[in-house]
Amino acid sequence: MIAVVDYGAGNVASVVRALRHLGGDAQLVRDPEQLLAARQVVFPGQGHFAQAMRQLQASGMLSALVQTIDRGKPFLGICLGLQLLYQGSDEAPGVAGLGLLPGHCQRFAPGLPVPHVGWQQLRAPAGPHLRGEEHTSGLESPSQFYYFVHSYYAPAQGEAVTAVADYGVPFAAAVRRDNLCAVQFHPEKSGQAGLDYLAAWLKLA
Amino acid sequence: MHTVRLIACLDIEHGRVVKGVRFADLQDQGDPVELAARYDAQGIDELAFLDVRASDQGRDILRDLVAKVAQVLFIPFAVGGGLRTLDDVRAVLRAGADKVTVGSAAVANPELVRQIANEFGSQCLVVSLDVKRLDGRYALTSHGGRRDTGLDAVEFARRVADLGAGELLVNDMDADGTRQGFGHDLNRAIVNAVPIPVIASGGAGRPEHFAEAVEQGGVHAVLAASVFHQGDFSIGDVKDCMRSRGIAVRT
Repeated sequence: MIAVVDYGAGNVASVVRALRHLGGDAQLVRDPEQLLAARQVVFPGQGHFAQAMRQLQASGMLSALVQTIDRGKPFLGICLGLQLLYQGSDEAPGVAGLGLLPGHCQRFAPGLPVPHVGWQQLRAPAGPHLRGEEHTSGLESPSQFYYFVHSYYAPAQGEAVTAVADYGVPFAAAVRRDNLCAVQFHPEKSGQAGLDYLAAWLKLA
Repeated sequence: MHTVRLIACLDIEHGRVVKGVRFADLQDQGDPVELAARYDAQGIDELAFLDVRASDQGRDILRDLVAKVAQVLFIPFAVGGGLRTLDDVRAVLRAGADKVTVGSAAVANPELVRQIANEFGSQCLVVSLDVKRLDGRYALTSHGGRRDTGLDAVEFARRVADLGAGELLVNDMDADGTRQGFGHDLNRAIVNAVPIPVIASGGAGRPEHFAEAVEQGGVHAVLAASVFHQGDFSIGDVKDCMRSRGIAVRT
């Protein structure tokens, strides 16, 4: 079973629909037991950083999430589900994120319209840690377009970042560290490119 | 690179796609699910459903349609028409819509904008403005353009952006159905007034009109309906035209 974490925020049903369309046995999951029993876990997101953290703590889902990641199960964070993996966000000063990835999420500066809504191609990250090697998750495809809708972004730097996009500033579009994958875009709303991403992730099981 | 979005609007009445000139004389244009799939295959970036009659009965039909489309299409889509309460909004989001569009209800009760944004997030809220030029001002109208609200459209745009709208859809009621191009003056005035994305609607007649809406009106997305339904030109034609003029689009 593929658990899609339902923490009372956002259009989580669309993620379930996309996974089932691809033949995945996706279920909305609200309690820690079900989450721990799952083969793969999707952590979708839309909504508010602080409310999401509060809800996850109250329901006991937070520690179950961390356990599934520690046990090496394939994990996919989407949108806010990517941002929550970091240490914190401008959206919720003083509220700690999961802290599995280093850094802090920021709000897009005034100048371009916010939220950032639209389709973008990705590009490879730059950084000293790459040492000229290709650094991709093997899931996203830089030539494809993916759909984004967000007001906050995670830093483009960092060893786990496998693809970046630009909206006034560069930001993390996709990250991967072992079994931990996350994307700022919505693969469930990115047409065939998004379905291809999800199909590749399903094969990690 | 960020791309300009092209949105196809399906005006729905009793489960069928209709399109009238200046919101009157509705003509049948086909099956919504078929049209949505065709536009997806042609590369549309986003779909919008608008229930033009917005009756209680129509809302149930609309919800079923949304659920059907959500089963087969994996691109963003917005649903609007007669959504008045948080429960109305919740129902279409549950059915599978990614965003809701509110118009008259936001005029009657701007606080609804804040409530929707707080409950579901700004990213799923598009506020739609029906605007006419009256006595040298941009008059905000309601009920499909039939009523002058007495409000200034630019002021109202600012207000709903403050209240938490994620995007604005500007329907130029003077240009709608004329196929003479979008109302760049109006769009520019709104774009300059708000910090959120603006979608132009009303007046598309040729592929160049879409490019001009971006170049002259400064809008971030462009919406059209009947020109696509009637096959005057394709979504690909519009994107080719935009690309040839240096506007980034999804391919």
